[in-house]
Amino acid sequence: MKLTLKIWRQKNAADKGGFATYVADHVSKDMSFLEMLDVLNDQLTEKGEDPVHFDHDCREGICGMCSLYINGKPHGPQQTTTCQLHMRSFSDGETITIEPWRAKAFPVVKDLVVNRSAFDRIIQAGGYVSVNTGGVPDANEIPIPKTVADLAMDAAQCIGCGACVAACKNASAMLFTSAKVSQLALLPQGQVERKTRAEKMVAQMDAEGFGACTNTGACEAECPKGISITNIARMNREYFSAVASSDNM
Amino acid sequence: MTWVTKTLNSTLGRKLIMALTGLFLILFLTGHVSGNLLLFKGDGGQAFNMYAKFMTTNPAVKLLSYLTYISVIGHIVYSIFLTQHNKSARPVSYSTSNGSSNSAWSSRNMGVLGTIILIFLVVHLQGFWAKMHWGEIPMVTYEGEEYKNLYLIVSEAFKQVWLVALYVVSMIFLGFHLSHGFASAFQTLGLNHKKYSPAIKAVGMVYCILVPALFAAMPLYIHFTSYTK
Repeated sequence: MKLTLKIWRQKNAADKGGFATYVADHVSKDMSFLEMLDVLNDQLTEKGEDPVHFDHDCREGICGMCSLYINGKPHGPQQTTTCQLHMRSFSDGETITIEPWRAKAFPVVKDLVVNRSAFDRIIQAGGYVSVNTGGVPDANEIPIPKTVADLAMDAAQCIGCGACVAACKNASAMLFTSAKVSQLALLPQGQVERKTRAEKMVAQMDAEGFGACTNTGACEAECPKGISITNIARMNREYFSAVASSDNM
Repeated sequence: MTWVTKTLNSTLGRKLIMALTGLFLILFLTGHVSGNLLLFKGDGGQAFNMYAKFMTTNPAVKLLSYLTYISVIGHIVYSIFLTQHNKSARPVSYSTSNGSSNSAWSSRNMGVLGTIILIFLVVHLQGFWAKMHWGEIPMVTYEGEEYKNLYLIVSEAFKQVWLVALYVVSMIFLGFHLSHGFASAFQTLGLNHKKYSPAIKAVGMVYCILVPALFAAMPLYIHFTSYTK
């Protein structure tokens, strides 16, 4: 395959940045998208040019580190992570546009790398549970109905990649935040901080500068882990009931 | 009152106001379309004029009308707040964006649709509502009681082709606005459940077609029956 790559290059956060065009020749259909970029970077390095910076880590679709906005969609044309995207999803001679996640809360660090620590701060605000120290508790000590455990596990699938923010026309982090609020609100272990969690995580989400939700459903459609927007409805319930009944003024 | 203002200034609080005012306006539209069906009665406007008098004098209706004004203003003001906030959340936009692959057009253009509906609303209120409240309207007498002949104003207005066209086109925009807004309001209120959400979506789809279609039928009916008289 021969491809034309239109890639966003930006030296640092202060740089204005712009697109650079590269030609990727001899691309195999069996390559992953990131391997295709690895080959491009090898060629750039050999020529003495600065390789394209992009985030990646496990390359198994479980860590949430890879990003990339490919041809107008986060993680490209398939509903998966960029590392699990293969070149067979593209056709020979195609021009592929690669951009970083775009959001005020995700500033560009360099090229395609964005700073997603805003998500970490949302988690720090309330995405945790109180646990007793001491011996390891017995399995099944706390009874949890299977259906509830399944819902919590579905929400816990979120890997925090930020595709929901990237896909949303408002750069809203509601799907991410709601998945984390839901996961803990559903389980008995999460009840201690339940109200404070909903209030603090929503407040932090707003403070980071993410947009509001318009219920377009774009986040759900693009989420590589299939997180449902029913979680956003649950977060709204959690938040409204929390502010109405908590002791926090 | 800090917790109240804090909540209403949060993204979720602002969305709550959009949902509540939106749902109230849906209730208003339901009442408005039902009452105005009297235009189809073909009695020279007697039932419609009597209904119009009731709607402008009954104290309970007055209270509802104030709630409607507040809802319209609240819906507009908060949509401006939210749109500004949402625009600022993405200062640098994408060069290539494929929104149609993951969401409906109407859901991504609620602000545009709402602005068009607002322009229509100004024309509509100026033409009928303002005239009914403060304008000079010829009187008509039924069974010894005097009524403002609003029907005459309406039937004269809809003899103009451009106004009929404006109404019909505006109702199409209203339909698209409602096609997203109806179900979206319930989602914002946190009412998303596998038992009820399919029904809410179905009712929303019927509503967003039926109500604008009935509204659009009114100027069309009056315009085309005016040729037969």
